[in-house]
Amino acid sequence: MSALGELRRIKGTSAPKSRKQNTAAFLFLLPWFIGLALITVGPMAASFALSFTRYNLLSPPRFIGIENYLRMLQDERLHTALAVTFQYVFISVPLQLGLALALAILLDRGLRGLSLYRSAFYLPSLLGASVAIAILWRQLFGVDGLVNVVLGWFGIEGQGWISNPETALGTLMILNVWTFGAPMVIFLAGLRQIPVMYYEAASVDGANRWQQFRRITLPMLTPIIFFNLILQLIGAFQSFTQAFVVSGGTGGPVDSTLFYTLYLYQQGFANLNMGYASAMAWLLLVIVAALTAINFWASKYWVFYDDQD
Amino acid sequence: MTKTDPSTDLSPLTESVVTGLPPERVREQRRRRHPFRKPLTSILRHVFLIAAAVLMLYPVIWMVVSSFRPTDLIFREAGLVFDSFEISNYVDGWNALTYPFNVYLLNSGLVVIGSIIGNLVSCSLAAYAFARLEFTGKKFWFAIMLLSIMLPIHVIIVPQYVLFSQLGWVNTFLPLIVPKLLATDAFFIFLMVQFIRGIPRELDEAARIDGAGHPRIFLQIILPLMVPALATVTIFTFIWTWNDFFSQLIFLTKPGLYTVPLALNAFQDAQSSTDFGELFAMSVVSLIPIFLIFLFGQRFLIKGIATTGIK
Repeated sequence: MSALGELRRIKGTSAPKSRKQNTAAFLFLLPWFIGLALITVGPMAASFALSFTRYNLLSPPRFIGIENYLRMLQDERLHTALAVTFQYVFISVPLQLGLALALAILLDRGLRGLSLYRSAFYLPSLLGASVAIAILWRQLFGVDGLVNVVLGWFGIEGQGWISNPETALGTLMILNVWTFGAPMVIFLAGLRQIPVMYYEAASVDGANRWQQFRRITLPMLTPIIFFNLILQLIGAFQSFTQAFVVSGGTGGPVDSTLFYTLYLYQQGFANLNMGYASAMAWLLLVIVAALTAINFWASKYWVFYDDQD
Repeated sequence: MTKTDPSTDLSPLTESVVTGLPPERVREQRRRRHPFRKPLTSILRHVFLIAAAVLMLYPVIWMVVSSFRPTDLIFREAGLVFDSFEISNYVDGWNALTYPFNVYLLNSGLVVIGSIIGNLVSCSLAAYAFARLEFTGKKFWFAIMLLSIMLPIHVIIVPQYVLFSQLGWVNTFLPLIVPKLLATDAFFIFLMVQFIRGIPRELDEAARIDGAGHPRIFLQIILPLMVPALATVTIFTFIWTWNDFFSQLIFLTKPGLYTVPLALNAFQDAQSSTDFGELFAMSVVSLIPIFLIFLFGQRFLIKGIATTGIK
């Protein structure tokens, strides 16, 4: 189950000392160690330190204690950004994964033309993160956009979906759901892992398709569902490009697409409030880590691991 | 209904990456894989799938067709017929910004190539150590590596910006490439570790008996056998870097250094919101490399995506 499975399995003792190849390993890992220190851990520590300062890049950071964090409690736009992001994540990710799972199950088991279908459903995942598709979305859901033209055929009066604060976020959710191909491919790989003898045994016992799905496919797939859920949640929390392009960098209309990362960008790089942006970055880390931890904790109750080796 | 052989779809390695099972067990399971399911509603299923696929791809195809239409027609014509074949959107769009579009394509290309080389070299070195060498604290460092995959870039971007601006690297491609040379895309390390684990250790042992040290085993045994993994890493690095917007937006602010996503963003900012002909044309240009990679590298993409779930 990929990286998560690896993490779960890391335990036990390492190899005997006699077999250690520390020098060679150190040299092979040297670029990674340097990167870890200078590009990842160092900046993480620095960002933590900066979160207690006021810093605009031009004059040296000034220590202000927990003022940034207190300010976050008062900051209405931050609260809006959190609400927007949570809505986006918790609505679009389940929809996206549900669709991915449904299509994977439809495509499983040697369907004719499987690879063609898979390609068609997968392509949007590659394109979805690009600025080009965000531009397309602006047209599609604009007042005179394609969606309204098509709605017009059915006599439905359209509206400016992106300029309306009520619906702007919805168009971005649709965009995220549209990229369900990547998790679908992971589901397809997971479905192939289910030993066929389970189904054979079940049909001998007279289980119907639904019972087989409910009692075999779904439980056996839970590690993959869990894996996809973690990845998509973390990914969705960091969405930036689409909201930035569609709203012209403002998060509008009326902050309705103000993703957390977009607000962080505005604070840090447009307003040069780098101390405040660092505090925001740490809040993001805490939220993502907490969500992941909750997921791992909850997984005890619904994720089924078949590999007891 | 003919049954396609599922084993042609994904390599055992990929499955082992996704499921965490050793590749041998994947192969063993493959041997007694799925029988059939009755094609009860086979036709209905195909009708539904085709409709879904058309719905999914319609907007993109429509954008391609529309890029050859005058803008006022784009807003009236929802069909896919090439009713108009005007190349002028492309010509005008190409030259609409401060620099012609080839400048931005070249900039993106440079960043992409640097990133690919960086990822290939640094991640394969680290992967060899994690997959083949025993060293103090290996489990600890491996866990750190896995955790770093999940770290949001936003947590470190501010100090990174401070660091790179002090080095005078803002408005150069270095902040986008140097981290790749230092294996910060840890996901690729993990992918390669999984691949190397599938290479029989006997090959290493034989080379060791012949007196080869780790650099030679890595270069002459492992690396040549890793070509499929290297291809997967190359393709993913290409797509992610080509599409990347956030870090390029932060580190590149001079129009002459704009990459394709930045140029497109500047373009759509400058255009009035209704002038979509040229915008679409340049958007299509920006998607062509991705589409070509999808067309010719799909095998590696599908293999790789099963390990990632990251778009």
